[in-house]
Amino acid sequence: MSVTSIGKYEFEPLDKQENFHGNQLTYINWEQHLLFCAPVCLPLPPEMPFGAFVQEVLSGVYSKHPDFEKIDWDAAKWTLDGADFTPDLGKSLADNGLGHKSLIRFWTPGLKGIAGSHS
Amino acid sequence: MAEKRKKKMGIKQRYSMLTRGLGWDTTYQPMDKVFPYDNYEGIIIHDWEGWEDPFRLTMDAYWKFQSEKEKKLYAVIDSFAQNNGHLGITDARYVNAIKLFLTGVSPLEYQAARGFTHVGRQFRGVGPRVACQMQAIDELRHVQTQVHSMSHYNKYFDGLHSAPHMHDRVWYLSVPKSFFDDARTAGPFEFLTSISFAFEYVLTNLLFVPFMSGAAFNGDMATVTFGFSAQSDEARHMTLGLEVIKFMLEQDERNIPIVQRWMDKWFWRGTRMLTLVAMMMDYMLPKRVMSWREAWDIYFTEAGGALFADLARYGIKPPKYADIATKEAEHLSHQAWHIFYNYTHAAAFHTWVPEKEELDWLSEKYPDTFDKYYRPRLEYLDKEEKAGRRFYNDTLPMLCQVCQIPMGFTDMDDPKTISFEVSEYKDDKYHTCSLGCKDIFDYEPEKYVQAWLPVHQIYQGNCGGTEIEDVLKWYNFNMGADNMEYKGSPDQKLWDEWQAHRKKA
Ligand SMILES: [Fe+2]
Ligand SMILES: [Fe+2]
Ligand SMILES: [Zn+2]
Repeated sequence: MSVTSIGKYEFEPLDKQENFHGNQLTYINWEQHLLFCAPVCLPLPPEMPFGAFVQEVLSGVYSKHPDFEKIDWDAAKWTLDGADFTPDLGKSLADNGLGHKSLIRFWTPGLKGIAGSHS
Repeated sequence: MAEKRKKKMGIKQRYSMLTRGLGWDTTYQPMDKVFPYDNYEGIIIHDWEGWEDPFRLTMDAYWKFQSEKEKKLYAVIDSFAQNNGHLGITDARYVNAIKLFLTGVSPLEYQAARGFTHVGRQFRGVGPRVACQMQAIDELRHVQTQVHSMSHYNKYFDGLHSAPHMHDRVWYLSVPKSFFDDARTAGPFEFLTSISFAFEYVLTNLLFVPFMSGAAFNGDMATVTFGFSAQSDEARHMTLGLEVIKFMLEQDERNIPIVQRWMDKWFWRGTRMLTLVAMMMDYMLPKRVMSWREAWDIYFTEAGGALFADLARYGIKPPKYADIATKEAEHLSHQAWHIFYNYTHAAAFHTWVPEKEELDWLSEKYPDTFDKYYRPRLEYLDKEEKAGRRFYNDTLPMLCQVCQIPMGFTDMDDPKTISFEVSEYKDDKYHTCSLGCKDIFDYEPEKYVQAWLPVHQIYQGNCGGTEIEDVLKWYNFNMGADNMEYKGSPDQKLWDEWQAHRKKA
């Protein structure tokens, strides 16, 4: 549907990729670890290797959690924009299929959060 | 004929002079050109005279009535200041509810004044036009009296110094701000459905009752008094809300689906905004009134249920997703407080972990969920804080494109898992927190692609700089005073000194 309006109604979206200085927005969520209240949002260069994303970005965001150091990354399960996904650590974010405003979610089997509360 | 002194007119007659008597049909220009906004939304009005004035208040009666209330209110405000009323509150933590109100709600009164001034020009029917103009004056009065009542706290407590500035900039205040921006940029009938009906009629008891009884329970007489002083205004506003709905529904049955869609939309946007009230009730009042769950059951499920049963004769159904909202009442306050606990370093009020008896109260009020999902987390946070490692989330959150709240709400049938919705529009993705928000986006994507999402704006470099400190300066925060944990805050230190002093005396 289009907007009910008094005249022509077309505007530029505010969050087009070119507004982010060469980065693309990436949304990230560590599932069932709600100590972090919500998924996070970061502007990342599309050429960043996925390995660096795991080692630098994810640890920067989540390492305060006592479960973080227990993560077995080989067992982690991922989805990208709603579909199952196996990342290639050597390839870039873009080559792994991440676009502007992609949502990446990961599950870490066996880790149940603070006192088993999924926090 | 000699002028004979007429008998004094009755109120009904005087009101009709003020409205119908002062209106006329234009002849130099067609009415459609003079009132271009009142038919583009698709609402069909056959007879503007079918509008029944929900209240008949003439200007002279209005001034008289309001000035009497004003006199009483300012007498109380003065004596509150002279008698150091702030010392009578239950605990300094309470003032954080005032901070939230002054930065989040009072600016909405001003937005309401702007909105009603606008629609008070745009209806060709003189009845609704005058009703809206009078409400605009009320709303201006509300923002003034609220600022005056709360300014006393600003002398002693942090975070109250820049409410309008913060309202326009701070991330969580974009939630109420965008709500009203959305309403004010809609047509006049949608504006009245959103503000007069959904907000003031259906949901108002969930906003004002908790704040005002919260104030009464916690010794805040200044706030209680402005609440009382606004009450008779609010009663008028509610009748306007109901009248506009009935008017639209009675004029033409083609109006029904439009009104239904607006109700669905504004009910959902309204409940999202009430998230702030939910956490205020369950977490911020040192002396609690009732739980959010209880308030929801009384004021929405029961009272709202009766209202929608009444509207069924027009073919109106209860708001879509009312069932989800009712499930949310179990979780909303805990999830919202956790969001603010995560990001208190970027908020103009303090958060804390409730004390043990307060946690027990929550366990009792939420027996099926609190101990399972929320208490262990709060106890962990408490332990961390006591060990000198107060937890803050260092990365900015993902926001909902529509309600603009961080995506901290879970699937209500699975409180372990965040709820995600997404829409594609012109090659871009737009994420929403719920089916309610997604529906709103999908119906008018062109409107919501323009959303000013604080997190994205920060990353674009539009909020004072790239470092969090720069952003907080741009918000006008006094760092280390307005923001951060309550324990150890200047607010708490001052309060503790006063208490120690009192004990000595
Ligand atoms: Fe108001
Ligand atoms: Fe009102
Ligand atoms: Zn939302």
